[in-house]
Amino acid sequence: MTLAAPFALPQRATPYALTGPALLVFLGLVIIPLGMTVLLSFYDWGQYKGIVPEFTLKNWLEIATDSYFFEIFLRTFRISVLVTLATILIGVPEAYILNRMSPAWRSAFLLVVIGPLLVSVVARTLGWALLLGSTGLVNQGLIALGLISTPLEFMFTETGVVIALTHVLIPFMILAVWASLQRLDPQIENAASSLGAGSLTIWRRVILPQVVPGILSGSIIVFALAASAFASPAIIGGRRLKVASTLAYDEFLNTLNWPLGAAVATLLLVALVLIIVGSNRLVERRYAQVFE
Amino acid sequence: MKRNGPLALVFHALFLVFMLAPLLIVCIVAFTPEGYLSLPTRGPSLRWFRAIFDYPEFIRAFRDSLWLAALSSTIAIILAVPAALAIARYRFPGREAMTALFMSPLMVPHVVLGIAFLRFFTQIGLSGTFTGLVLSHVIVILPFALRLVLASSYGIDQRIEHAAVSLGAGTGTVFRRVTLPLILPGVVSGWLLAAINSFDEVTMTVFIASPQTTTLPVRMFLYIQDNIDPLIAAISACLIALTAVMLFALDRLFGLDRLFVGSGKG
Repeated sequence: MTLAAPFALPQRATPYALTGPALLVFLGLVIIPLGMTVLLSFYDWGQYKGIVPEFTLKNWLEIATDSYFFEIFLRTFRISVLVTLATILIGVPEAYILNRMSPAWRSAFLLVVIGPLLVSVVARTLGWALLLGSTGLVNQGLIALGLISTPLEFMFTETGVVIALTHVLIPFMILAVWASLQRLDPQIENAASSLGAGSLTIWRRVILPQVVPGILSGSIIVFALAASAFASPAIIGGRRLKVASTLAYDEFLNTLNWPLGAAVATLLLVALVLIIVGSNRLVERRYAQVFE
Repeated sequence: MKRNGPLALVFHALFLVFMLAPLLIVCIVAFTPEGYLSLPTRGPSLRWFRAIFDYPEFIRAFRDSLWLAALSSTIAIILAVPAALAIARYRFPGREAMTALFMSPLMVPHVVLGIAFLRFFTQIGLSGTFTGLVLSHVIVILPFALRLVLASSYGIDQRIEHAAVSLGAGTGTVFRRVTLPLILPGVVSGWLLAAINSFDEVTMTVFIASPQTTTLPVRMFLYIQDNIDPLIAAISACLIALTAVMLFALDRLFGLDRLFVGSGKG
């Protein structure tokens, strides 16, 4: 890399010279491929003729009219909402508990929270497949405790996918909530308590309102990652329980109907961008004062 | 600050079980002496760890994954450092748009990126090649590299650089001797986070890998789709052990909270 040249250019050109290489790579490898994919979704396809570069709305009409696609997108949405709720219910109290620990314990447990993020999603999901199978430890434990008599079905069900994805994505929620907890002045809690508030009141009236921005930004991240998750739904859900991303995968690599797969992918991308940008706007407008 | 009550500690213990159970079960099952998935009730055996060596395709995929991670994160950091310096120091038209573009791989589902690369690489003849894998990985890991370099670039006192210039240092010397050492923590942790993300990436890679050129997570994923046996548990256990060692080293070197909190992936 020669950085000498950019600095010698006139001031106004310097930032462009510095960002130029990355910009070129991104234009060539993000914008063009994504554009080609959108274009591909308007191409024709036949079992024997393959991809025909003729403009058609066939794929989009098929997605819009066939309830099969509606069902899969609805399932993807439902799973993402459930995973987001589960990460809030578990992650918010856990972040609060972590924040109250002594620094030494906290950094030890932080390893447990962050560590799994660095382990391949395939290995983590394999763990859940072993635990949740009909003869897995979860079912054996529940039977041994006398809570159930016949094994519960987790594999190839939405429940199983939600459990695995909650495990995969909960670190993001905890980190987001923890970041907002760290901005919290501990004295406020003490002030509330000295004014006679019980711990539940403190939680509801003092702490929760202040971590809401953290919960919301964590929710956006978790929802987006859950909606686009692939490996976990593919392994736990199997071929029977499809979500948007595994549907696109099947169209591309099994059915080989690339134009239809491209339409599914485009729809997933557009829906997700709209949801993320929309909720970001909402969060920023509502909580503008808490963001720097 | 108040301490955690007993109820909070019970919740915390259950949370730890939830987080660690899937990783532990993989490691335990990997030691089974039986030919099928089971807990090693007859005592631990290394049978399945030895069996890994009978599957050279996994060894090869592991080696390719390491190369891919090293190469793509190096290219990503080379692109990210000048871009981060420009974004941190200059106000120029297009700055916001460019930052959004560089961060966009975090928001675009990897399935969509995988499909886009598959289509693009098929058209230009890079499909199934190692070059294709490297190029696509550079894109998805650049946001991590950029974010950490950016974080370390904001805090620099530019007067130090001006002092170097006034003492007669050329642009190259200033960068090499002053700027780079100052942002080095961000560069190193950015490179590492990028390399880890490249090594773990499976969703996008599964579209563009070929049977000859593939990564370890992709090979494991395709294997699990067909059947789950103690062999795949043993391979996963090796990965978990490797990650644990690396995590420990990272924590000692940088402090994990510095590496992730407020700057983690997302």
